Amino acid sequence: MPALLELSDVTARYGQVVALHGVSLTVEDGEIVALLGANGAGKTTTLRSVSGTVRRSGDVVFGGKRLARATPEVVARHGVAHVPEGRGIFAELTVWENLRMGGYIVRRPDFATVLGYFPWLQERRNQQAGTLSGGEQQMLALARAFLSRPRLLMLDEPSLGLAPMITREVFRVVTELNQKEGLAVLVVEQNAAVALAAAQRGYVLETGRIAVAGSAAELKSNDAVRTAYLGY
Amino acid sequence: MQTFFQTLTTGLSDGSIYGSLALALVLIYKATEVINFAQGEMAMFTTYIAWALMGHGSTFEWWAFFATLGIAFIGGAALQQTVIRPLERASVLTAVMATIALLVILNGLAAWIWSPQLQFFPSPFPTSSWVIGGVHISKQDAGTFGVVMACVLILWLFFRFTKLGLAMRAGALNPGAARLMGVRASWLLALGWGFAAALGAVSGMMVAPTVFLTPNMMQAVLIYAFAAAILGGLESPVGAIAGGLSLGVLLNMLGEYVHPVTTELRLPVALGILLVVLLVKPAGLFGRVVVRRV
Amino acid sequence: MKRLGNPIALAVLVLAVIAAPFVFSNYRTYQLAFVGLYLVALLGLDILTGFTGQISLGHGAFMGIGAYTTTILVVDHGVRDLWTIPLGGVAAGIIGLAFGIPATRFAGPYLALATFAIPLAFIGILKRYPHFTGGNVGKNLPQLHSELGWHTNPSIWFYVVCWVVALVMLPLAFLIVRGRFGRAMRSVRDSEIAAAANGVSTAGVKTLAFGISAFFCGVAGSLYAIGITYVNPDTFPIDLSILLLVGIVLGGAGSLYGMLFGALFVEFIRISWGPALLDLFSRVHHIDTHAPGSGLVVYGVVLLLVLYAAPAGAAGLARGLAGRPAFLRRKEDPSLSDPGLV
Repeated sequence: MPALLELSDVTARYGQVVALHGVSLTVEDGEIVALLGANGAGKTTTLRSVSGTVRRSGDVVFGGKRLARATPEVVARHGVAHVPEGRGIFAELTVWENLRMGGYIVRRPDFATVLGYFPWLQERRNQQAGTLSGGEQQMLALARAFLSRPRLLMLDEPSLGLAPMITREVFRVVTELNQKEGLAVLVVEQNAAVALAAAQRGYVLETGRIAVAGSAAELKSNDAVRTAYLGY
Repeated sequence: MQTFFQTLTTGLSDGSIYGSLALALVLIYKATEVINFAQGEMAMFTTYIAWALMGHGSTFEWWAFFATLGIAFIGGAALQQTVIRPLERASVLTAVMATIALLVILNGLAAWIWSPQLQFFPSPFPTSSWVIGGVHISKQDAGTFGVVMACVLILWLFFRFTKLGLAMRAGALNPGAARLMGVRASWLLALGWGFAAALGAVSGMMVAPTVFLTPNMMQAVLIYAFAAAILGGLESPVGAIAGGLSLGVLLNMLGEYVHPVTTELRLPVALGILLVVLLVKPAGLFGRVVVRRV
Repeated sequence: MKRLGNPIALAVLVLAVIAAPFVFSNYRTYQLAFVGLYLVALLGLDILTGFTGQISLGHGAFMGIGAYTTTILVVDHGVRDLWTIPLGGVAAGIIGLAFGIPATRFAGPYLALATFAIPLAFIGILKRYPHFTGGNVGKNLPQLHSELGWHTNPSIWFYVVCWVVALVMLPLAFLIVRGRFGRAMRSVRDSEIAAAANGVSTAGVKTLAFGISAFFCGVAGSLYAIGITYVNPDTFPIDLSILLLVGIVLGGAGSLYGMLFGALFVEFIRISWGPALLDLFSRVHHIDTHAPGSGLVVYGVVLLLVLYAAPAGAAGLARGLAGRPAFLRRKEDPSLSDPGLV
């Protein structure tokens, strides 16, 4: 069965600088895949290649559709929800307005289900989103992304700036969404440990190329990965 | 005391016109970071269209008013899609020049189609006044204020409560994130221009009875609108309206009570006020100082 | 010599300037004199907008200040008209500096708006104090006549005066632009933050650029008054300021020789080329080319076309598009060019 998302030999550049040199990876329906690597390795660029926010060449196929030339609006409408680094919250809008934006492309957004996963949002609905804590903003971003009924959720460094306990909570929700809703997830993380704990498979990027690929277990026991990214 | 209230109402009336055009400027600026120098000429042009619809006559037709709003909306959106969009990624100077080119074209076109001759534009309001407790309140002033504020209110309701309005607000705040949510950013820009053009049309139609319809009629109003928009902080819609009203009242009060300030000095005084405010509050009265990421 | 720009270009220009009055009619020469004066004005505006990146829509007013200074000095105080030229420049320059001081606190759009109001404010002030400025009626200057013991047609004399001034101001502009100050100006234009981080006093640079550009325009304005022999408040409307800006864009903002093309455009477009273009057009489409406003429409459409096709102006075309200066190049979508946390 063809993968949900397939990147083949994708190259991406920022002006003159080439950030990805022919990256190929896949994400299957319903699985969580971790994308690891150091700063500058190209993890964010990979996500951007999918969502169309960077100039890329190569093949990007999602659900059988070629998206290599698509603009972000089009990609979003195909069922890819990209939570960018920094979360992309509309700080000056309220929590509720942010959620409504999440449901923009959906005719009848399912607020009930979303509030089921994030019940605390209900009482904060009129709070200005910029005044939420980092963890709460991450949860809001997740809720918002989920509202668009995506088939693939792409998360860019969800743990950034969050305390370990909050990070665990974030990943717990992501895992729950994955298991209960069948939502595939491609998560970029510098925190390899927490990412590999949640993911089934993973890739390690180094200077724009895939260096290592395998199941989460394989990566965890891989010596090079362990010393470089897991710290032991 | 009587003069005070009369001056106040005239000030509010003038101010509402400045504020409406200022709001148009702010709408476009918020969405695209471009100052539309052609806003005044667009307003003027649509006012001529209204005049033509009214058969060059001496009575105001409300159906023509609404029709003009619609035409202005479509025209504004069309201008954005055809003239401005290709230059979206060009330098600031190029974008400014493009709106200036538009200004020139519209000005020339109006003179060409309808001749530069001064024309009379009817007012929807009678020239009489209400007398309340000895104070004369001009129906024209009150009416102008009412009409403009009603339009602004409707626009506010649109932005606050509709999905599209929300998308436009989100798009102005964070266009990248909005696109990731499926918002077609380009269409929203067209909508923004459409609304701005409609606001300009309101401004034009309300001011034309007083200043008479000529191709250059909006130039001074545009300056006042700019001043109002800057006073309010270029990113704040509320600020634009507040700035306009304040400026209108202030200028009228100064003109009435401070004798060296004659009509010729109105504009320099406005500029002076603007400079003083900006020295004290660089982001305008309602603006926030934007901290730029280095 | 490098500092004065391409010496061959300069030589060619000087030769052309000397030759022109022999080739052209007196009227044409009179027009070419104005080209010289517009060249001075455009050099000034280019220094501010093209090199320092500050957009001004009000420099026509500085021309007006120069013109009125000259007029008042000549008419009311009997000063020799030639001596008033630098004085007009200085007067305008001082006001430019004065305006520059608060103006530097405004970023791009705010500055452009503030400058948009200057000409209108200037006109208001002119009308308010008629005792001093002649009000709406304006003032007449004495007719031109040749000086320094040289007897020739006033048009030719005016041409000589204008071009002598222009050929002095052009190298001056080069010196300003090529020296240390020029580097400071360009750093402010390209990235204010980086400039400030490198110790450049951005406010100081901008203020000085304002003053210098106002000086140039003041000189041009003085020449203008001498040539037209009449000024009134409507001589320097907002249109003129816009025309100047259009001139530098068409010539190529950031290029000094390009300003020559800009000056030719400013002088001739509204008088000859506009109607000529329209005549051409009307032969095909039967429109009334003498209708008021038609010239403006053509001018605006041409401007738009140039903006799409050649945003770097004539200078850009001459350099070939490869040489397009960065600050005029397409502004990229930041998410496409900012690697951020890759």
